[in-house]
Amino acid sequence: MFNASLKQLSNQLAEKKFSSTELTTQFLRRIKQFNPEYNAFITIDEEISLAQAKAADKMIATGQAGPLTGIPIAQKDIFCAKGWLTTCGSRMLSNFVSPYDAGVIERFNQAGAINIGKTNMDEFAMGSSNETSYYGMVKNPWDIAAVPGGSSGGAACAVAARLAPAATGTDTGGSIRQPAALCGISGIKPTYGLVSRYGMIAFASSLDQGGPMAKSAEDLALLLNVMTGFDPRDSTSLRRDAEDYTQDLQKPLAGLRIGLPKEYFAEGMSQDVANAIEKALIEYRKLGAQTVEVSLPNAPLSIPVYYVLAPAEASSNLSRFDGVRYGYRAPSYSDLADMYRKTRAQGFGAEVKRRILIGTYVLSHGYYDAYYIKAQKLRRLIAQDFTEAYKQCDIIMGPTTPTVAFNLGEKSGDPIQMYLSDIYTSAANLAGMPAMSIPIGFGDKNRPIGLHIMGNYFKEAQMLNIAHQYQLVTDWHLKLPV
Amino acid sequence: MQWEIVIGLEVHAQLSTQSKIFSGASTAYGAPPNTQACVIDLALPGILPVLNKGAVERAIKFGLSVGAKINSPSIFARKNYFYPDLPKGYQISQYELPVVQGGNIRIPSDGVEKNIRLTRAHLEEDAGKSLHEDFHGMSGIDLNRAGTPLLEIVSEPDMRSSAEAVTYAKTLHALVRWIGICDGNMQEGSFRCDANVSVRPRGTEKLGTRCEIKNLNSFRFLEKAIDYEARRQIEILEDGGTIRQETRLYDAGKDETRTMRTKEDANDYRYFPDPDLLPLEISASWIDQVRSALPELPQVRRDRYMSEFALSAYDASVLTSSRETADYFESAIRQLPAQEKLCANWIMGEISGQLNKEGLEISACPITPSQLAMLLERISDGTISGKAAKTVFESMWNGELEKNVDAIIAAKGLKQISDDSAIEKLVDQVLAANAQQVADYRNGKEKAFNSLVGQIMKATHGKANPAQVNIILKKKLEE
Repeated sequence: MFNASLKQLSNQLAEKKFSSTELTTQFLRRIKQFNPEYNAFITIDEEISLAQAKAADKMIATGQAGPLTGIPIAQKDIFCAKGWLTTCGSRMLSNFVSPYDAGVIERFNQAGAINIGKTNMDEFAMGSSNETSYYGMVKNPWDIAAVPGGSSGGAACAVAARLAPAATGTDTGGSIRQPAALCGISGIKPTYGLVSRYGMIAFASSLDQGGPMAKSAEDLALLLNVMTGFDPRDSTSLRRDAEDYTQDLQKPLAGLRIGLPKEYFAEGMSQDVANAIEKALIEYRKLGAQTVEVSLPNAPLSIPVYYVLAPAEASSNLSRFDGVRYGYRAPSYSDLADMYRKTRAQGFGAEVKRRILIGTYVLSHGYYDAYYIKAQKLRRLIAQDFTEAYKQCDIIMGPTTPTVAFNLGEKSGDPIQMYLSDIYTSAANLAGMPAMSIPIGFGDKNRPIGLHIMGNYFKEAQMLNIAHQYQLVTDWHLKLPV
Repeated sequence: MQWEIVIGLEVHAQLSTQSKIFSGASTAYGAPPNTQACVIDLALPGILPVLNKGAVERAIKFGLSVGAKINSPSIFARKNYFYPDLPKGYQISQYELPVVQGGNIRIPSDGVEKNIRLTRAHLEEDAGKSLHEDFHGMSGIDLNRAGTPLLEIVSEPDMRSSAEAVTYAKTLHALVRWIGICDGNMQEGSFRCDANVSVRPRGTEKLGTRCEIKNLNSFRFLEKAIDYEARRQIEILEDGGTIRQETRLYDAGKDETRTMRTKEDANDYRYFPDPDLLPLEISASWIDQVRSALPELPQVRRDRYMSEFALSAYDASVLTSSRETADYFESAIRQLPAQEKLCANWIMGEISGQLNKEGLEISACPITPSQLAMLLERISDGTISGKAAKTVFESMWNGELEKNVDAIIAAKGLKQISDDSAIEKLVDQVLAANAQQVADYRNGKEKAFNSLVGQIMKATHGKANPAQVNIILKKKLEE
């Protein structure tokens, strides 16, 4: 049951092998058993989950079930869900019960999926190791001495440890793909605008994108079918016809041109990661693909550009957490300014404060042109690099992360080292292009390694096809941490 | 030294949309606190703005009516600052690339027309309101206003006196109401001004250091605040001091301005394009559509009244002070051609006097344009005198005899005596009874003539046609 794919679970529910209530109860039991060790969830609410399961069972009984009806999904605690504590991993929202549903949550509810709980995350999605959460660090189920990655570390851990069949994540600079890689699961960040940001607590609005995390590419396709679609409440949501992301899964890969950016195979990548990538490419060549070298000349600039733009937007997005209307408020203060100061000093953690300060600095008078404007120009160049590269190839591959999961505490004292975890992933966010990670083996200390698959705008179906064909001939995605 | 006052105005006009600029909540005034604030206005985590098309349309309307450039694309920016009634910690406004760029407003000044240039007009959302009463030492926040659409109209520093500033503000006020984008209700804050005031030695080019006076919500306060501020600055300069650039508040109770914040503690708003809103593309066809729906503008009508009806600039501008007044005038003269001056006088005199007395808008005038036209027709055809017409007007205003002009004239016996023989008979009687004055007149005392006219009018209770009385009396006296 815990290893089954979404399709298998859906079929078993339809065949009445078990009910959604039974399935949900089993996963809740498993969470209770393992969560104390992994800390993947911030909130579990059996009552709400089971009520949803009961409603799903009714849908199944009356023949109204869709592919995800009755299936538990772990929701990242960045998505507002009505009646659920929604903390975004921060003390600032440690008392915030959302009165409304995010667009993504609504879609899962309509599909009859079960919210199995809210997963742990780096505070306001700022981090690459899940060590900045107010609710404590998450452990990597492959090795509890290692980080699960961030900021969707709780989601990645929940799926890898089989505490949930699938999960949602958000990706601002790699926060779906990096933890997916470090935890040995599959995750995709869709094209910017495909998944509604309404009700997804903003970190950096122009980069944030919700997406699914699951055991396989096939599962991701089913999840994307539910998660994507135009939302009139999000002005950046794209008006597009609904797409079936499972439609291309079975296409053969013969003739596929895989672009390998020379900048992604330069120094910095560890040997075990390089070896695993090489093996994955051999597999792809066997499937009929060919590889070509491409260049993304501005790729090395993505981290500096990202760390100007993301904090700039974050400094503004996080202004609303001022203790006036909701969330945490300092217990004592002398006047209004003191209330703001103490509330934000006590409510935010160190990483969030660091980014607010950076963002405030780069937007301030006299520095705006030198940093923000310059970064926006470079952002355009970074996106143009991809457009150029896709003239020579269909897809770009490389490592998702330079190394396997590092140890808890190893980089938490060195923000720059931490930021470099996203060195390969952040360019896709700057360009707004889709990208995903799938497991392709294990490296140092038997920790998972991810393959980064990047596609042109709206090429999700093609990317899922490429990932699925690989998963048909390999079994890395089926391996279990013990 | 002779000083010159330099004034630029920033006017915040609340746009007359049903819902807010970035949410579906109502903009109606006066609801209990926080009942018209949805999750978006409360800035709950995760919410996003969606632009109200009606607000954009009103901005385009304004831009077209002042001959401005409509920018496309136009960009929304975030203006970041902390204030308890600013729920998101930033105000969505425009900075570079506002919807409306440039444009002109013409105002009458000292009998000539003066052009005031506009810098820009941009869309933005209003903040909420802090409530300092009833909370025992604490403050409450009402977010009903938060997200209300505003058009901030910024002028160049083209005004040279408080009177010009007031005329400009009134012209703008009339215009936004005329084109139907703002109700102009100043008590409710729908139309408020910030004035930038500086002074410089007359004849010099360089602008002096300016002070900004915030939130003036009446034309009278605008005038008084500017006058006070200019005097204050001149006094400082004449004492050898320098002006500090700052933001000031006007205290109407004390009739003075005082420091709100100085430039040193001015905010750095850290403007940047709002990533939640895409650049606003305004198509040429949308602009054409708005243009074709625009009414004839007040300036155009003013010019037409002067050329077509030979009305003075003053009359034309009073009649076009609101679209309702101008429409009333046009509706009346349609039934009474060639009497535009008479009609203008009555609207500016009796009608507006009565309306003022009763605190009514012209839209609530109890006398319709056609009723007025009928009354004026009786003056022009000689049935009644101008004086008698005022009596009829009063009766009509009070709803007597179903406001039927002729019925009222008959009932009150106000018809003029215009029959020559009847007047002649009267004149003879008066002459017979006032031999002394007749003799005085014939001895060269001109004044006696007026006295005799008075006697005749008195005898007819004012009903004799005064022109005829004059002619006949003169004739008889000279016999």
